[in-house]
Amino acid sequence: MSTVILLTLTGLGLAALYFLVASGLSLVFGLADVLNFAHGLFLGVGAYATWWAAGNLPGAGADGLGFLVAVAFGVLAGSAVAVLVELVLIRPLYSRTIEQVLVTVGLSLAGVALLQATWGADARPFPRPGWTRDVTSVLGAQVPNAGLLLIVAAAVVLGALLAFLRFTRYGLIIRAGVENREMVTALGIDVRKAFTLVFAIGGAAAALAGALGSVYFGTVSPGQGGSLLIFAFIVVVIGGMGSVVGSAYAAVAVGLLQQFVNYYGTSGLGDLCVVGLLAVVLLLRPQGLAGKVAHA
Amino acid sequence: MTEVKSAEVAAPPAAVPDELTPGHARWHGLRPYAPLVALVVAAILPYSTVNLPGIFEGPLNSPGTLQLLAICLVFGGLAAGYDLLFGRTGMLSFGHALYFAAGVYGTDVLVTRAGLPLWQAALLTVTGGTILAALLGAVALRTVGIAFAMVTLAFAQVGAILVARDFGGLTGGEEGLPLDVSGLPAALVGVTNTVNLYWLALAYLALVVLVVHRVSGSPTGRVLAGLRDDERRIGVLGLDPYRFKLVAFTLASGLATAGGVVYCLIVGGASPHVTSSELTLSLLVMVVLGGPGTRWGPVLGGILYMYLDHRLTAFGTSDAVNSLPAFLSHPLSQPLFVLGTVFILAVYFFPGGLASLRTRLQPVLTSLRRR
Repeated sequence: MSTVILLTLTGLGLAALYFLVASGLSLVFGLADVLNFAHGLFLGVGAYATWWAAGNLPGAGADGLGFLVAVAFGVLAGSAVAVLVELVLIRPLYSRTIEQVLVTVGLSLAGVALLQATWGADARPFPRPGWTRDVTSVLGAQVPNAGLLLIVAAAVVLGALLAFLRFTRYGLIIRAGVENREMVTALGIDVRKAFTLVFAIGGAAAALAGALGSVYFGTVSPGQGGSLLIFAFIVVVIGGMGSVVGSAYAAVAVGLLQQFVNYYGTSGLGDLCVVGLLAVVLLLRPQGLAGKVAHA
Repeated sequence: MTEVKSAEVAAPPAAVPDELTPGHARWHGLRPYAPLVALVVAAILPYSTVNLPGIFEGPLNSPGTLQLLAICLVFGGLAAGYDLLFGRTGMLSFGHALYFAAGVYGTDVLVTRAGLPLWQAALLTVTGGTILAALLGAVALRTVGIAFAMVTLAFAQVGAILVARDFGGLTGGEEGLPLDVSGLPAALVGVTNTVNLYWLALAYLALVVLVVHRVSGSPTGRVLAGLRDDERRIGVLGLDPYRFKLVAFTLASGLATAGGVVYCLIVGGASPHVTSSELTLSLLVMVVLGGPGTRWGPVLGGILYMYLDHRLTAFGTSDAVNSLPAFLSHPLSQPLFVLGTVFILAVYFFPGGLASLRTRLQPVLTSLRRR
C-alpha cells in the first residue's frame, strides 16, 4: 500500500513538472500556432539563473527566504528571456508559422550551446534548502519533500492561471484568441500583445519548472530542458492544444503511467507506454482530450 | 487543428528560367552535364594530394580528411532525402532520425551480434527500416501539420529510449556498439581503405539525388508539390493525399535507413546520439540553410553543415579563438552555437537558403557587369 502511495505521489511530482513546462507551451501553441522548441531553453535559463542567484545575488541563498529570492530571480530571468525572444525573434515573422518554428529550433540549439559554453556540459550540484532533502511520511510512505514542493507549486500555478484566464480582460482575449485568432483580430484587438503576455507566462512557468526540477534532481545541466521538452510536447498533444486544463489532466495521466509502469515493469518501459498512450489518443481523438478550446 | 502552411518557406523564389537569361550562352549547353562533372571530380578527388591548410587537417587523400568528406556526403544525401518530405511535400517530420538510426543500429546489431555477412545485414536492415516507416507512417499520417510533427517526434523518441535502455544488451546503451569488423569484406576495413568508404558515401549521395530528382520530376512528384501548396486541391482532384504522403514518407525513410548503413560503416559502429531528436533538427537546419525544395540546396546544406559541425570544433579550440576574451571564445568553441545563430540569421535574411543566393546576387552582378 505504501508503495502505491509513494508511486502516486512521485508520479504526481513528475506530472507537476510536466504541467509547468506544458502549460506555457500549450498556450503559445494554441494562440500563436508556434511549436516552441526554445521552451526547454527557458527552463534552462530559469534553472541556471536560480543557481547563479543563490551563490551571487545579495540576499539570496540556498535556504529559507534567500531561496525564495533566488527562485524569484530565476523566474524573472526566464520570463524576461521569453519576452525578449517573442519581441525580437517571433514577432517579425508574424503569420509565417513554419519560419517561427524554425527560429525556435535554431534558438534551442544555440541557446543550449551557450549555456554549455558558459557553465560547462557537466551537471552541477544545485543549492537546495535542507528541508527539501528530507522525506515526509504520508500514510506510511516516505515521500521526498522536493516532489511535494513541485506538486504544491504546480497546483498554485494552475489555480492562478485559471483565475487569470477566467476573470481578467487579458485572460478573456487569450481564451478568445486560442479559439479563433482571426475573429479577435477582426474585432480590433491586438492579439500580438497577448502573444507577448503568453510568452512571459510560459517563460515564467518553465523557469519555475527549471528551478524546482533542479531541486528535485539535485543538479542542473544544460541538456535538462531538452529531455523534459519531449514529454511536455506529448502532454500538450494528449491534452489538446491551447487548453490549460487539458494539459493538467494529460500531465497527471502521463506522470502516473510513467512512474507505475517504470516501477512494476522494466525501467524505460513507462516511457514507451507514454508514447503508446499518445498514439492511442491521437488515433481516437486527434484533437486531444480537451480539443482546441480554452476550457478555463 | 493547425494546418502547416509550408508554402511560404518551401516555394522557391520566382525566377526567370535559365534558358531565358542571357549572358550564359557559351556554357548553356553544358549545364545538364554539370552534375556529372561534379560527380567525376568528387570521384577522383581522393587521388589528389593537395594540402588545404585551415580547411582540412591533412592532404585530401589522408584517411582523416576522406572520412570527414564521406560523413559530409552521407549527410548531403540524408538532407536531400529529408527534403523529399519537408521541401517537396510540405511534411514537417521530426522523427527522421529514427530511420537513420534504424540503419545504423540494424547493420551494427546484425553484423556484430548476429554475425551476418554485411550484404545480408544491409539488405535486411533497409527492408526492415522501410517496412517500419510504412507502418509508423500509416499511423502518424492520420494527423496533419504540427500534430504530425509531434507524433513522428514521439515515435523517434521510442527509438532513442530503446537504444538507451539497452534491452537485452543488444545496443550497448550509452557506450554505443563498435562494429565487429572481422566479418566485413576486407576492402571496407582499415585506415588504408577509407577511400573505398568515401566512394561508397559518394555512391549513396548520387543514388539519393537520382531517386529524389526522378520522383519529383514524375507525375507523383507533381502531386507531392500539389500537396505542399494546397492539400485540399489534391483531394478535390480525386487523388488520395494520404496514399501519396505515405509513399513519400516511406521512400524518404527507406533512403535514410540506407544512409544509416553507410554511416555505420564509415564511423565503424553506432552511438546513441544518432537516435536523438537533435539529429532530425540538424537535418531540418541543413535543408533550410541549403534551400528547401531546390535541386542542389539540401545536398549543399547537408555537406556544409556537417563540415562546419566537425571543423568548428577544431576552430573553437584553435589559438586564434583561445586568445579572444572569454565572453567571445567560449561561445565560439561550441559548434552548435555558431550553427544555430547562422541558422536563425538565414531564416530571416535568406528564406530561400543557399540555393537562392544566385538569384539574389543577380542584380548586383548585372550592375557590376554594366560598368
